[in-house]
Amino acid sequence: MGFISERLRAQVGYAAILIATFLSGGALAQDSKVNQVNMSPGVTSSGQAIYDLHMAILWICVIIGVLVFGVMFYSIIYHRKSKGFKASNFHESTKVEIAWTVVPFLILIGMAVPATSTLIHVYDTDEAEMDILVTGYQWKWKYEYLNEDGENVSFFSNLRTPQDEIYNTEEKGEHYLLEVDEPVVIPVDTKVRFLVTANDVIHSWWVPELAVKRDAIPGFINETWTRAEKEGIYRGQCAELCGKDHGFMPVVVNVVSKEEYASWLADKQAEAAEIKALMAQTFTMDQLVERGKGVYQSRCAACHGMNGEGGLGLPIAGSAIATGGIAKHLDIGINGVAGTAMQAFGGQLNDVDMAAVITYQRNAFGNNMGDMVQPIDVFNHKKG
Amino acid sequence: MGDHHHGPAKGLSRWLFTTNHKDIGTMYLWFSFAMFILGGAFAMIIRAELFQPGMQLVEPAFFNQMTTLHGLIMVFGAIMPSFVGLANWMIPMMIGAPDMALPRMNNWSFWILPPAFLILASTLFMEGGAPAFGWTFYAPLSTTYAPPSVTYFIFSIHVLGLSSIMGSINIIATVMNMRAPGMTYMKMPLFVWTWLITAFLLVAVMPVLAGAVTMMLMDIHFGTSFFSAAGGGDPVLFQHIFWFFGHPEVYIIILPAFGVVSQIIPAFSRKPLFGYASMVYATAAIAFLSFIVWAHHMYTVGMPIAGELFFMYATMLIAVPTGVKVFNWITTMWRGSMTFETPMLFCIGFLVLFTIGGFTGLMLSIAPADFQYHDSYFVVAHFHYVMVAGAVFSMTAAVYYWLPKWCGRMYNETMGKTHFWISFIGFNITFFPQHFVGLAGMPRRIPDYALQFADFNMMSSIGAFIYGASQIMFLYNVIATIVAGKPTSDEKVWDGAEGLEWTVATPAPYHTFETPPAVR
Repeated sequence: MGFISERLRAQVGYAAILIATFLSGGALAQDSKVNQVNMSPGVTSSGQAIYDLHMAILWICVIIGVLVFGVMFYSIIYHRKSKGFKASNFHESTKVEIAWTVVPFLILIGMAVPATSTLIHVYDTDEAEMDILVTGYQWKWKYEYLNEDGENVSFFSNLRTPQDEIYNTEEKGEHYLLEVDEPVVIPVDTKVRFLVTANDVIHSWWVPELAVKRDAIPGFINETWTRAEKEGIYRGQCAELCGKDHGFMPVVVNVVSKEEYASWLADKQAEAAEIKALMAQTFTMDQLVERGKGVYQSRCAACHGMNGEGGLGLPIAGSAIATGGIAKHLDIGINGVAGTAMQAFGGQLNDVDMAAVITYQRNAFGNNMGDMVQPIDVFNHKKG
Repeated sequence: MGDHHHGPAKGLSRWLFTTNHKDIGTMYLWFSFAMFILGGAFAMIIRAELFQPGMQLVEPAFFNQMTTLHGLIMVFGAIMPSFVGLANWMIPMMIGAPDMALPRMNNWSFWILPPAFLILASTLFMEGGAPAFGWTFYAPLSTTYAPPSVTYFIFSIHVLGLSSIMGSINIIATVMNMRAPGMTYMKMPLFVWTWLITAFLLVAVMPVLAGAVTMMLMDIHFGTSFFSAAGGGDPVLFQHIFWFFGHPEVYIIILPAFGVVSQIIPAFSRKPLFGYASMVYATAAIAFLSFIVWAHHMYTVGMPIAGELFFMYATMLIAVPTGVKVFNWITTMWRGSMTFETPMLFCIGFLVLFTIGGFTGLMLSIAPADFQYHDSYFVVAHFHYVMVAGAVFSMTAAVYYWLPKWCGRMYNETMGKTHFWISFIGFNITFFPQHFVGLAGMPRRIPDYALQFADFNMMSSIGAFIYGASQIMFLYNVIATIVAGKPTSDEKVWDGAEGLEWTVATPAPYHTFETPPAVR
C-alpha cells in the first residue's frame, strides 16, 4: 500500500512541475516566442491591462487550487482505510456551507471590479486619430484606409508562405504561416480605430500583441481600436473557423514611426494613381503573362493548383473555360460562380491584374490560346 | 405480460423489441462506446496531422470535417447517450421502480439513434464531403457556404434531438411517478436528482436546437434569409440561438457526471455525502444560471458593453454553486476511511482535473481577458478538461463501479488501475500544453501552425495517442469481465456503497422491484 502513496506523491510532483513551468513562462515570453507558455502583455495599454487581469486571476486560482487540493491530498494520504483510519459520520454543517458560499462570492466581486474597468477601457473607441476598414474574405484580409482628405488606399493581404513549404518540399521559413505579401501599416503612438466586417463568412481579426480580437461578420461593422506603443512587426491569425483555408490567413501589422507612416501612405497613394494610369495602357503578351503569373500564384493557386491541375477548384489546364471564349472566361473571373467557392474577383483585383491573370491562364499549363486581355477589356466588361 | 417472472426473449428480437430498461441501458452504453471509439479515431487523425508543422496526412478541407465530426459525435453520440444508458440502468433501480415509466417510448428513443448517426457518418462519403463547419456550425459557413451534405446533417440533428427529448420525458415521468413508497424527493440518490434536472434542461433546449437547424434548412432550400445578411438576416442571431441551446447543453453533459461522482466518493470514503441538500440546490442553481449566460461564448461578436457586463457577471456567478459541489466532495472524503479502487481513482482524477477546468472557465468568463483567450487553444484545453476529465472520467468510473452489479462478475482491478494511470497521464500530456499554445496565440481548428508551437503540439499528439490506446485496455477489461470475470454474488459489491441498487441480487435480475421496496 506504500506503493500507492509513492505514486500519489509522484503525481503531486508532476503537477507542481507543470504549474512551475506555467508560471515561469511570463519571463520567458519576453525574449522568445518559441515554446512561449503564457499570454504576452503586448505593446498596448489594453494588452497590459488584460495581461495584468489574466495574471491576477491565474494567481487567485492557483492559491485556491493549492488550498483545495492541499486539503484533498492531506485527506487522501492520512484518511485511508489502509492506515486504519476510522470514518467519521458527519454530513452537514450550515456554518461551513454558508462560509464557502459567501467567501467565493466576495472573491468574485473582487475580480469583477478590475474586469469591468478593463472592459470599459477596451471598449472605448472614441477619439480615434485614424480609421482602417478591415474586411475578411475567404481566405485573406482587405485593408482600406479611410482618409477624409485624399484617395482611400486599399489592398489585400495574402498569405506569403509558398505551398512548397506547407507541403514540406521546401524548408519552412522563420515566419512560416505568419507572413503576408502586404502587411497593414500603422503609426506608433496613434489611436487607430479598426472597423471590422466580412465579405462572405464570419472571420475574426486577432493580433495577440495588440490584444485585439474582433469578429468580422458579413452585414455588421464592428469597432475596435489599438494604440501601439512600440514599433515592430506583430503577427496574428484569423481566429474564427471560416472554411478550408482558415489556418492560412494571417494578420501582419507593421507598426512604424509617424514619419515613416506618412511616407508609406504617400507612396501607396502614388501607386494607386499609377495603377489608374496603367489601366489606360496596352501591354504586350510577355508583360501580361509575367504579371499574371504572380497574380495567379497568390490568388488562384490555392484552389486551382500551382500548375492549373485543379484542387478544390476546377483544373485550369485544358479547361473549357480557359480555352474557350474570352467573354465567358472574363465573366467568371469578374463575377465568380454563384453557389460555389469561386468568388467574384472583380472587386478584389484591379483591371490590370485581372487582364494579366486571364491572359496567363489562357497561355500557361499547356493552354496555347495565343490571345490577350487588356485592362480596357476588363473595364468594358465591367461596364457591361 | 403476466405477473410471472420471465426472462428475456431470444436472439435479435430481444434487442430490437425490448422494453426492458436494463437491455435498453446496455444498448445505449455499447452504442455510446462505439461512438466514443469512432469520435476518438477522428481525434487521432487530427492529432496525427498536428504532430508536426506542415500538411502531411490530410488536406485542410478534410481536417475540418474531422474536427466537426469529432465534436458532434463525442457530444451527441458518445457522452450524452452514455449517461442516458446509465440513467436507464440505474434510475429505476435507485428509486425502487420495476422499469421506466414509458418503456415502449424507451425502445424507440434508443433505436432512432443508430440511424441518425449512420446518416451523419455517411456524409463523409458524399460529394463535397462531410460538414466542415465545426460542431458549433456557425452560419453562414453552415448555410450559404456549406457542402450539400449539410441537409443530411440537419436531419440527423433533428432525429437525435427527438431521441433526447423522448429519453428526458421518460426520465421525468419515471422519477416523478415511479418512486417507491417513502422515497421522497430529498431521499433520492444524487444521481437521480442530477438526471431529473438534466432532463428538464434537455426538454427546454433541444427544441431550440431543432429550431436553429430548421431555420438553416429554410435558408438553404426554401429561400429564407434568417442568417444571411444579404437578405436582411442576421448571422449573429444564429449564434444567440445556438448558444441558448449550447450552454445548457454543456451542463446536460456535466450534471449527470456530478451525480455519478456524488455516488462513488461516499462509497469509497465510507462516509455519507457531505451537504446533500446543498448539492441539490447547487445543481438547481447551476441549471438556472445555464439559461442566462449563453453569450459568454460570443464576447467577440461586438455586443454592447452592457450585454458584455451582464453575461460576464452571470457567468462568474456559476463559480459559486460549482465551488460548493467541489467543497462538498472534498469534505465527504475528509476524515473518511478511504480506499482507492478504480472507480474512486477516476473520481479523484475527475475532481482534480475538473477543478482545473473550472478555474480556466472562470478565467474565460472575464470578458476583456477572453478577447485574448477566445477561439484559441486555451479554450480547447479548457473544454477538454471539463468534457473529458469531467464527463468521460466520471462515466468510466460509473462503469467500473456498477459493472459487477450488472454482470455479476468482478473486473480486473490491476488492469483498471493501470487504465486510470495511463488515461490520467495521457490526458494531461495531451491537454495541459494546449493551455500554453493557446495563450501564446495559436487559434483553434487550424490544420497547420507556426513553428513556435511545434514542440507543444508534438507533445500533445503523443499524449493523445497514449490516451487513445488506454481506451482499448478499458474495452478489453470490460469484455474480459463480462465473459470471464471472477463471479461475485454479493449484493453489496462495495462495502461502503449505499442505495437500493445494492439491495437486489448480483447480477441484477432481468426484472427488479416488481414489488416496491420499503424505504425508511
